[in-house]
Amino acid sequence: MKTDTLIIGGGLMGCSTALQLAKRGARCVILDKDSPGRHASGVNAGGLRRLNRHPAEIPLSVASAEMWHDIESLVDNDCDTRFPGQIRVAENREDMQKLQERAALVRDLGYAHEEIIERDALYQLVPALTPNCEGALICRDDGYGRPFHALNAFRRKACSLGVECHSAARVDQIDRDRKEWRVITPKGEYRAPVLVNCAGAWAGPIAATLGEPVPLKAGAPMLMISERLPRFIEPVIGAASRKLSFKQMQNGTLLIGGAHMAELDFKQQLTEMNWAKLAVSARTVLALFPQLKDVRIVRTWAGIEAFMPDHLPVISRSSTSAHAYHAFGFSAHGFQMSPVVGKILSQLILDDQTELPIAPFDIRRFRKDR
Amino acid sequence: MFKRLDSNPSKRVTITIDGIPYEAVAGETAAAAVLLSGIDCTRTTPVSATPRAPFCLMGVCYECLMVIDGQPNRRACQEYVAEGMRIEAQRGPGALPE
Amino acid sequence: MSTAGPKAHYSLVIIGAGPAGLAAAAAAAGHGLDIALLDEQRAPGGQIYRAIESIPSERARLLGSEYRRGEDLVGAIRNSDVEYFPDTQIWSLNREREIGLVHGRSAAMISADQVVLAGGAIERPVPYAGWTLPGVMNAGAGQILLKAQGIVPANGVVLAGSGALLLLLAWQYMRAGVQIKALLDFTPMHNHLRALPYLPRALLARHYLLKGLQYKLDLKRAGITTLQNVSDLQADGKQRVESVSYRHRGQQHTIKTDLLLTHFGVIPHIQLSQAAGCRHYWDKSQQCWRPQVDEWGNSSVNGILIAGDGVGIGGARTAEHAGRLTALEAVRALGRVSQHERDRLARNDRKWMREEQHIRPFLEAFFHLPGKLLAAPADDTVVCRCEEVTAGAIRKAISEGHGDSNQVKFLTRCGMGPCQGRQCAESVTHIVARATGKSLPEVGLFRVRPPITPLTLEQLGSLFPDETE
Repeated sequence: MKTDTLIIGGGLMGCSTALQLAKRGARCVILDKDSPGRHASGVNAGGLRRLNRHPAEIPLSVASAEMWHDIESLVDNDCDTRFPGQIRVAENREDMQKLQERAALVRDLGYAHEEIIERDALYQLVPALTPNCEGALICRDDGYGRPFHALNAFRRKACSLGVECHSAARVDQIDRDRKEWRVITPKGEYRAPVLVNCAGAWAGPIAATLGEPVPLKAGAPMLMISERLPRFIEPVIGAASRKLSFKQMQNGTLLIGGAHMAELDFKQQLTEMNWAKLAVSARTVLALFPQLKDVRIVRTWAGIEAFMPDHLPVISRSSTSAHAYHAFGFSAHGFQMSPVVGKILSQLILDDQTELPIAPFDIRRFRKDR
Repeated sequence: MFKRLDSNPSKRVTITIDGIPYEAVAGETAAAAVLLSGIDCTRTTPVSATPRAPFCLMGVCYECLMVIDGQPNRRACQEYVAEGMRIEAQRGPGALPE
Repeated sequence: MSTAGPKAHYSLVIIGAGPAGLAAAAAAAGHGLDIALLDEQRAPGGQIYRAIESIPSERARLLGSEYRRGEDLVGAIRNSDVEYFPDTQIWSLNREREIGLVHGRSAAMISADQVVLAGGAIERPVPYAGWTLPGVMNAGAGQILLKAQGIVPANGVVLAGSGALLLLLAWQYMRAGVQIKALLDFTPMHNHLRALPYLPRALLARHYLLKGLQYKLDLKRAGITTLQNVSDLQADGKQRVESVSYRHRGQQHTIKTDLLLTHFGVIPHIQLSQAAGCRHYWDKSQQCWRPQVDEWGNSSVNGILIAGDGVGIGGARTAEHAGRLTALEAVRALGRVSQHERDRLARNDRKWMREEQHIRPFLEAFFHLPGKLLAAPADDTVVCRCEEVTAGAIRKAISEGHGDSNQVKFLTRCGMGPCQGRQCAESVTHIVARATGKSLPEVGLFRVRPPITPLTLEQLGSLFPDETE
């Protein structure tokens, strides 16, 4: 099968890129070894967070947030997004100090989206919080969406513009002749002048095939979800000195994360929960919300994500080919960035340039000879 | 809907069902006591507030979720009546503790 | 019986105190091993021998002669050094045989060198119009009330479905003086032909057939109406069931009732075996998903064995034999008997289990459910009871390209409620297979993740107190 662009990976990065290309008339085929959204894109915590990003990510994250706030016009679906804010709680003066330094750093970079709030304002926003917290760092228009539904919306919109999405099409072989890439999968052979690597935790071998190996490690951060509860909290909660991501979903369930890793058998795509770490997570939640002690966890899971050593993604032209591009390695915080990453890649592919600063995400940063 | 075969059981246990005192029998599950008391609806669903009642009585359907002694989402078929137990129908997701 | 919880490690942990678990525990005892038998109920017996230790004799008599078998099984473990822990919910089991449990109200994680899963079966959940109405329950629920508490329908009952348990309950109710308004048998007429080839073998276990015929005769004598070859079941009512309608001999009929008990066979309860990562396969004859095991009950996970109706529907006697076989294999794996010794000790149970199997192909064919019943509920029928997802919503998701069980789950929330798919997983698989034309194995089952019974934040937080971030 021939097309203009072959995108490896039917997660959000792949679908977002395909959508942006299709909007500008380029034909794309997405190849996924399982089904779209089967891994990280479908099972992440759904956080739409500019808060507490690495400075290099801030410009992209801010641009992406604007896209999320108008997501319906992009994908004809609101992806069940809510924007009650994201908060990092300071439990004591040391925490508050840390957060104030962070707020100053972001201001110095020229951004106003991270704000310090004091006790009164904090308890106005989160009355359910345990007393005696000092204050917080807040991004007021941050929020959350529903990952699988967002992925589904991106995919459907892309397909409505002519993009084809092939499941069970694992990439077994890639080669290139003078004019095009040839990709061989169990579903058959695909050819295109342009190749895009959005293969998430499986992007490493593809980069290696292109002659630019990367130190990508697969990891599986654990999440747990509770039974439904009446609504008692609006913003998404993190903590200055604890591993926590805590939100009450649209349907009233509590989604609890915190970047604790499951045991991962990458080859078999199997994860096993690390209960010791989940116990720590539970204690963390109860430290901030002790009244939740009898709330039941009904399920845990861990999606397979790609982690880079500096926790920054690769968003980059290939360093070995003028016709290949990369977007992977989002280290468990890619959901929010997916709309803008698709835009950036489509600009790189069609215009050979993008106005957003992507130098920190260049694949060449991993080259040994630097 | 249901009745006891033995109309004169020995060990009685006083509980309340939706605030109303009821004489249960020791060894009965909360679900059985509720069914015997004649109540139709033991919970309303969180999605559409539709009335539901116990279905499997063996702990695998999670239909019999009720508020027992102030705690919601307890499977009434897995709980045994105890003196003073308070059993209430659960409305939707159940209230949060104070 | 211990009110203190299990200790941190055992050589052998058996989960489930029904016939398979009880027999396994008794067989494994006496080899010098430390053994724990864990069960979620307050008292041993599983479902079939429920309340065996506490039931008054008049009530036991109502239930029929088979029920008393439970006494011997329970007696054997009471007289052994097996540590028996009732009131114990299992929420996790992994490949390393670490077991997450709640005993009473306290959570703990223990481990074992060998684990035998004997969690039994559940009623096959079959969606039809009105099945979520209050007053509609499983036949098994009726049996539990009868056995454990001597509670029976007060204003009569309609029994509907297909399967041996339906007949048994009808007979037990008749003996208890319960008014059976109708017994609606959904077994298709052509199943008589379907089962015919297996009749000669079934005659080798004719005591089962004779018992069934006896029940039918007793019911007839008692004047209870059994309608055959019924279809199109529907329960109607506003706040609860008020009437049941069905199709019989080409005509639509309605019966007023405030209680409908249905039964469409039993299927292995595979939540724990799935969560543990055991491989499962679709059994065409039993129409259910089953864990893959070898002839000793070894699952695809090293050190986890499975016995009883949780492996495949074989009934209580088969479960006992299978329990003893897995126990002997576990004892061999733990080095207490040689392979030769194991084979010798297993000889009788192997033989008796083969004999018990004679009736199965016949029963499976006779009670084979039509595809339409399993896979084609009307669009407005609720399939996922917890999240109220209809068959129509599932079909819509499929038409939008979500062609397997898990994708359907992600999009519709089917299987994400409190029961975590126990009541809808099989139905979803059937509906997806029918709509996509794929085979059932291709469509697959919902992925199951722990905790498989709910765990409070406090209970979870009480584990591993020394662990930090």
